Amino acid sequence: MPRPNAPSLAERARNIRRHALRMGEVQGQGYIAQALGIADVLAVAWFHALRHRPDDPDWEGRDRFLLSIGHYAIAFYAGLIEAGVIPESEIETYGTDDSRLPMSGMAAYTPGMEMSGGSLGLGLGIAVGRCLGLKRKASDSIVLNLMSDGELDEGPTWEAAMSAGHHKLDNLICVVDVNRMQADGVSTGVLNFEPLADKWTAFGWHVQRVDGNDIPALVAAFDAARNTPEPKPRVIICDTKMAKGVPFLETREKSHFLRVEAHEWALALAALDAGERA
Amino acid sequence: MSRKKQIAATDPNRPRLTTSAMIASLAGEDQRISPAPFGRALVELGRTRPEILGLTADLAKYTDLHIFAQAYPDRFYQMGMAEQLLMLAAAGLAHEGFVPFVTTYAAFASRRTFDFISQGIAEEGLPVKICCALPGLTTGYGPSHQATEDLAIFRGMPDLVILDPCDALDIEQAVPQIAAHPGPVYMRLLRGNVPLVLDEYDYRFELGRAKLLRDGADVLLISSGFMTMRALETAKLLAGDRVDVAVLHCPTIKPLDTATILQEVRRKPRLVIVAENHSVIGGLGEAVATLLLTEGAIPPRFRQVALPDAFLDAGALPTLHERYGISATAMAARIKAWLG
Repeated sequence: MPRPNAPSLAERARNIRRHALRMGEVQGQGYIAQALGIADVLAVAWFHALRHRPDDPDWEGRDRFLLSIGHYAIAFYAGLIEAGVIPESEIETYGTDDSRLPMSGMAAYTPGMEMSGGSLGLGLGIAVGRCLGLKRKASDSIVLNLMSDGELDEGPTWEAAMSAGHHKLDNLICVVDVNRMQADGVSTGVLNFEPLADKWTAFGWHVQRVDGNDIPALVAAFDAARNTPEPKPRVIICDTKMAKGVPFLETREKSHFLRVEAHEWALALAALDAGERA
Repeated sequence: MSRKKQIAATDPNRPRLTTSAMIASLAGEDQRISPAPFGRALVELGRTRPEILGLTADLAKYTDLHIFAQAYPDRFYQMGMAEQLLMLAAAGLAHEGFVPFVTTYAAFASRRTFDFISQGIAEEGLPVKICCALPGLTTGYGPSHQATEDLAIFRGMPDLVILDPCDALDIEQAVPQIAAHPGPVYMRLLRGNVPLVLDEYDYRFELGRAKLLRDGADVLLISSGFMTMRALETAKLLAGDRVDVAVLHCPTIKPLDTATILQEVRRKPRLVIVAENHSVIGGLGEAVATLLLTEGAIPPRFRQVALPDAFLDAGALPTLHERYGISATAMAARIKAWLG
């Protein structure tokens, strides 16, 4: 339960965006459009849906949060900082030599990072194994796998989806970030994955599709995913807007790796804060 | 247009052998055998180690894992014919504190799942034990199932321990030792009726160690896998021709027992031959050659007995072993030619 004066989920999401923008400024680059787009999902995951202890990221009773998309590390670190797992001062080290915060998320480097996800399509299969393991241990912890729509192209994603349905892994929540952009262009143009909800339903999953930048909708979706008695794995398909929260970046021509000029990081932070006041 | 194989005319004086089953036994007609050493050793280990699990991708019966599945049905996971998932799920179970033994065929583990083992398992140092049947040329089924390059593929993977055991004794003794190793392991597996050879020698399997099985003044044969069995047969054949052959069995391919290999090569100037059930590229032979050159331990002559760098023929195993020079008689003939 949140403390009475705890920041709201909207404030958490803004803080996550702010941390990510500051890391982008340090490095002069980063997958910032993805980070801004997924910030609301991360805020709801860490501050509403998942059980964790910031001072003990390896606590056995935690819910496991797998970042399958290693290049979203900048967003995940922002969440870990907001959650208090990593001190805010480490923002200055992002992507630098000997940092705990390398450009791509790796388990060996960062507290709270459960897997190395740079090679895309690994997360859901690992999640299946972890869910089987948790059930063996009679643990009530759950596994949250965060993946991108680009990872829907990967064969092992569907091997894992079929397996999770087969084993009725009701301790698994998969979030698919549908931002409709991957390395070579618009996701559905690279390889069409629609009708997406129907695919997961056919694989035996409990399926929801929500606006991934609508915090109340995300809260309701995570609550439903946690609480449904259906003996099925759960997927929440989140349609998100890249660069959400920074209007001049939201309207910039979209690409997988959004170019931000050196002077624009400060402008983006200012725009984010202006949006907060508006 | 894809190429077509040139089929050689059959010698009318030779019987045409049939390919036989997918997994033909390597045991000769009068050879002692031990059934399913891997499955039985894993069942034994499982008695005291509840964290040991078994996973397969629709090949339990063909890797002897079905014996474990029968003994501990609740510790066995049938992952379906999905090798990528097989490796990832094993990684996930290892993350949660279990020690998964994973089985499939060597061709599929090496060619199909390399990235999943590399990034899902080895990069994180997870204790997944990948035990794979049909290593090298142990089936006549053709290149789809002949893992002639698995060692070459896996030797490049950091932190992966690689084993090529010789016989039932090697496999039985290796199982608890690979379970005790804290990181990932790839073990080539012989299954079914597996020859039993090494119990005639003063030998115990030790992870990371090469062992001298017999000494000899003229030739040092360094070998792994069932080629150690062939090396011992070859040594007996050549003894009749007054050729004295030493056999150094090297079941751990990585990390290589460099100290023992260097010591044996330096002990006497002899023809050094590395014999392996693997492509001439990237296996034990190249590993030993690099070691000897790097350390300046240069034998008078160095040769490899290995499979050619080619997609091999389909056919009966005895025919193919003869054709590719890895039968004892073929090896003995080549060694005599090399000695002049």
